[in-house]
Order: sequence, then C-alpha cells, then structure tokens
Amino acid sequence: MGVLLLRSLQEGFAYAVLAMGVYITFRILNTPDLTADGSFCLGMAVSVTVTVAGHPLLGLLLAVVAGAAAGLVTGLLQTKVGIHPILAGILTMTGLYSVNLFLTGGKSNVSAALAETLFQQWEEALGLTANQSKTLLPLFACAALGTVLSVYFKTRQGLAIRATGDNEDMVRSSSVNADVYKCLGLALGNACVALSGGLVGQSLSFFDAGYGSGMVVIGLASVIIGETIAGRRSVTAGLFSAILGSVVYRMFIALALKVELFPSYGLKLVSALIVALALSLPALKQWLGLRKIKRRERD
Amino acid sequence: MLTLEKVKKTFYPGTPNEKRALNGVSLHLEPGEFVTVIGSNGAGKSTLFNAIGGSFWLDSGSIHLDGKNITAWKDYRRAFDIGRVFQDTLKGTAPHMTLEENLALAYTRKAKKSLFAVSRRDREYFRSLLRQLDLGLEDRLKAQVGQLSGGQRQAVSLLMCTIAEPKLLLLDEHTAALDPATAEKVLRITVDLVAAGHITTMMITHDIQAALSIGSRTIMMDDGQIILDISGKEREEMTVEGLLACYSEASKKKLANDRMLLR
Ligand SMILES: Nc1ncnc2c1ncn2[C@@H]1O[C@H](COP(=O)(O)OP(=O)(O)OP(=O)(O)O)[C@@H](O)[C@H]1O
Ligand SMILES: [Mg+2]
Repeated sequence: MGVLLLRSLQEGFAYAVLAMGVYITFRILNTPDLTADGSFCLGMAVSVTVTVAGHPLLGLLLAVVAGAAAGLVTGLLQTKVGIHPILAGILTMTGLYSVNLFLTGGKSNVSAALAETLFQQWEEALGLTANQSKTLLPLFACAALGTVLSVYFKTRQGLAIRATGDNEDMVRSSSVNADVYKCLGLALGNACVALSGGLVGQSLSFFDAGYGSGMVVIGLASVIIGETIAGRRSVTAGLFSAILGSVVYRMFIALALKVELFPSYGLKLVSALIVALALSLPALKQWLGLRKIKRRERD
Repeated sequence: MLTLEKVKKTFYPGTPNEKRALNGVSLHLEPGEFVTVIGSNGAGKSTLFNAIGGSFWLDSGSIHLDGKNITAWKDYRRAFDIGRVFQDTLKGTAPHMTLEENLALAYTRKAKKSLFAVSRRDREYFRSLLRQLDLGLEDRLKAQVGQLSGGQRQAVSLLMCTIAEPKLLLLDEHTAALDPATAEKVLRITVDLVAAGHITTMMITHDIQAALSIGSRTIMMDDGQIILDISGKEREEMTVEGLLACYSEASKKKLANDRMLLR
C-alpha cells in the first residue's frame, strides 16, 4: 500500500506540471489546445537525448524551450494564419511526431539507462534514495512552477493573457495586441507540458515516440478533478488544485489497477470517461431539472 | 481632430448579397466636439464606427485622427486613442476578472510601467474614479465584473474607455439595453466624463430628444450616407418633429428606390 501511495505521489507531481500547462491553455486562455500530446513527447525526446549526451539539467531546460517553440507555432497558426484552434493544435502535434523522431535520429525508442539523469545527480548531491529523489524533484518542480506562475499571472503580462482568454474584444479595445498574448499563453502552457515530459522521460530513463498520446485528456482530467475538489476560484487556486488533481488522479488509477478494476491498457479509456463525465455534469443537472418540472406539471 | 474622406465599404461585393454599407462618407470633427448620430436601422451608423475603429479595411477613402493617417492601422493600435462602448454590456469588460483587474488592463496603455498589474497607487486612483460614478462600486474593486448589473457594467466600460484619456470616444447605442432610469444615469455619467476629459465624442442613439439635447452637433445617416449635419443655431431650432420628418423623407426615398428596383 505504501509503495502504491509513493508511486502515485511521484507520478502525480511529475504529471502535475503537465496539468498546470493544460490549465493555462484550456482554462486561462480558454482555447482547446491539442498541441500537448506532441509537446509532451517533444519534451521527453529533448530531455532524454541530451541526457544521453551527458547534460541532464540542460536537457530539461532545452525541453522547456522546445515546448515553448511548439506552443508558439500553434499560436502563430491560430492568429497569423487564422486556422481554427483545434486544427492548429492537431497540425502542430502531427508535425511534432516527425520532429521528435528527427531528434532521436529516427529511433522510436531511446534508453537513457546508462546515462546519469538529474534524479541520480540529486541522489548523489543530497544523499537521497532513488525513491526520495523521484518524489522530491517533481514536487520541487511543480511547487516552484506553481508559485512562479501564480505571481506571473498577477503581472501586467499575465493579466493580459488572462484577459485575452476572458474577452478578446475587450483586450483589443484596450489597445493591447491580443494575438501576442495568445501566442505567449500557448508558449507558456506548452513549455510546462514539455517540462513535464522531460521530467517523466528522465525518471523512466527512456523516450518512446508514442508516449505522448492522450496527454491532453490526462491533463484535463487532473484539472477537472482538482476543480471538483477545490472549486473554481482564482488562478492561484486553479494552478495548485491542478497539482492536487493530478495526484488524486494517479492515486485513483493506481488503486483501480491494484484491485484489478480494469487492465492497465484500459487507462486511456478511463481518463476519457472521467473527462466526459465531468463535462457532462451541467447537462445532466439540466436534464434532471427538466424531468422534475415535467413530473410536477403532469400532477 | 477626426477627418473622414469619401469612405466607402461594400460587404460581399459581387454577390447577390452585396451591401453598400458606407457610400462615400466625408466628415470632419473639431477637437472637443460632441456629435450625436441618428438614422434608421441599417443606415450604416455602426458600420461607420467600425470603419473608424478599424474592424475592417476600407474599400476606398481615408481616415485621419489628430493629423495622423490611421487608415492602414490595425484595430488595437487605433484603440490607443479611440475608446468604444457598445450596446452589448458584455462586450466591454472581462466577466471573470475583478473590477480592479479590468480597470488595470484598460489603464495599461497610459499607466507608468510596472511589473504588477495593480499597484496600491493605481488602486487608490481607481477607487476615486469609481466614487465619481456614484454607483457604490468603489467598495467592490475585488468583485468579478460578471456579477455586476448591466448598467454598472456599462458605466465601468465607459470608465475603462476614458481612463486612458482617448482622443475620440465612440458610443454605439450604449444605453439601449438599460432600463430608462439606468439609461438616464449612464447618459449623465457619459456627459460628465466627456466634459471632464474634453473628449471628442460621437454617440449613436435612437432617442431623438437626447440626440438634440446632448452634445453640440447632430448628423443623420441613411443608406450609407450622411444626409443631415446640423449644429449651432440651426440645431437649436430643430425640433423632434423636424428630425422625424427627415426620417420619413429618407425612408420614402428608399421606398421609391426599392420600387424602382422591383420594376
Ligand atoms: N460585417 C458585416 N457583414 C455584412 N453586412 C454588414 C456587416 N456590417 C453591417 N452590414 C450591413 O450594413 C448595413 C448597415 O448596418 P449597420 O449595422 O451599420 O446599421 P446601423 O445604422 O447601425 O443600424 P441599427 O440602428 O440597426 O444599429 C446593414 O444592411 C447591415 O446588414
Ligand atoms: Mg447599429
């Protein structure tokens, strides 16, 4: 049981960074961005290949930069070319599949088992066990990121990103170029997603070209679970409840797998169901309300 | 201050839906002028404002603001000097952000450079501005704007436009969605804010009485053209009946045109 809890914490924190990225694009920027599947894998590819080359920290930093670039591409497709947000994300995501393979020299699997990862560097430097570093490093990453982002969204730039997601017309009429802030938000969100991919890649010591599929849904599921627990309030609360949501999501999955509620390959279906169910709650409530009225009017 | 020269705009040109919305509009506004704009539905009033605000590119003609040719400027760039308020009270504010955040965003273009969006000094400034509105909003800086009433939101929208000291203010039936008492109040706030900032203003309204009593000049549009432009003594002597007669004359002409087309 203890192992189970630890594993869910480790994964929960690492994927919480993904959840915060998804929170930025879906909730703050209010745009359905599907780039995440690609940028998660991009982060993984960059982080693992650079780790193999002997620079794990640089690998993470470059993963962030690469993710931001991917988000920027989606942003430019949306704003400069006027492609529908969903399609823009799909285009970038599809293109990234090849980009990731370019990065690994065409290999769809790369192992970093022989290289030293950031996790192992932490173990040596701080005298930690493997399990401790795999918990503490992601925890540090998501706590630091959550704090920095909370502050950032109170700055003028951050405010402009939030306003762009809330009422783009109003932003333009305040003489602020909304396109710039849309791109900035998408870059920021996907930088987080890629960082998460980079962390996961180094903690597993491998890259797999298909690993990113379904990340949007997993991120959304975490965001929604977090909101269900903590409510929808400020941006700061939203970011931290995304972390909470990610951990709870992992615990739920781990428990379900433990009691063999479903086989491990059923994971993505379950994630999709969680999101679908959560998003259908308002409609369900309305339907129940209507039924009540119908019954009352019949009597 | 504002000069429009032979501004033309046709929507869906070359299709059966072709619509000549602006048909060679020329107009000149002096600094500090307050022009009320009237005309029947579909006359092209909103399209004129959209042309000035940069919602679309002109087919021909030019627009100068304060000596600068802004014809090829994008909308957000023009917004630096042009404030706009619309009939839809949801259009001017971000509903899920707080009142002070909304004001801060609007103030961004003129505020001193700072890292954080809302400084303590700004907050005091916003509070003093809101106090002038006399709607009790000065105590609700942290309230989400979506929770305010339509009238309060419209007053906030006005404030957001004037906070940045625009050179031109465009009001498109901005009191039309409000109940009569609130509309009256918002109109009074409008007049006060415009007078305090000496802002050159254009206001579209369907209230002919208000169109004559507020401001210093009145223009009437019909079929994409300015068909009446009165100020000074001529305007003082104009009556509601007189303007209504112009309306019916314009629509008569239109009717005749439509008949001609049918034949
Ligand atoms: N974006 C657009 N695309 C196509 N046609 C348009 C567009 N904007 C305006 N029009 C057309 O131009 C004409 C003028 O419309 P406009 O909105 O300017 O009228 P208005 O004078 O503001 O009327 P109202 O008093 O009803 O607001 C109308 O026939 C309208 O259908
Ligand atoms: Mg109109």
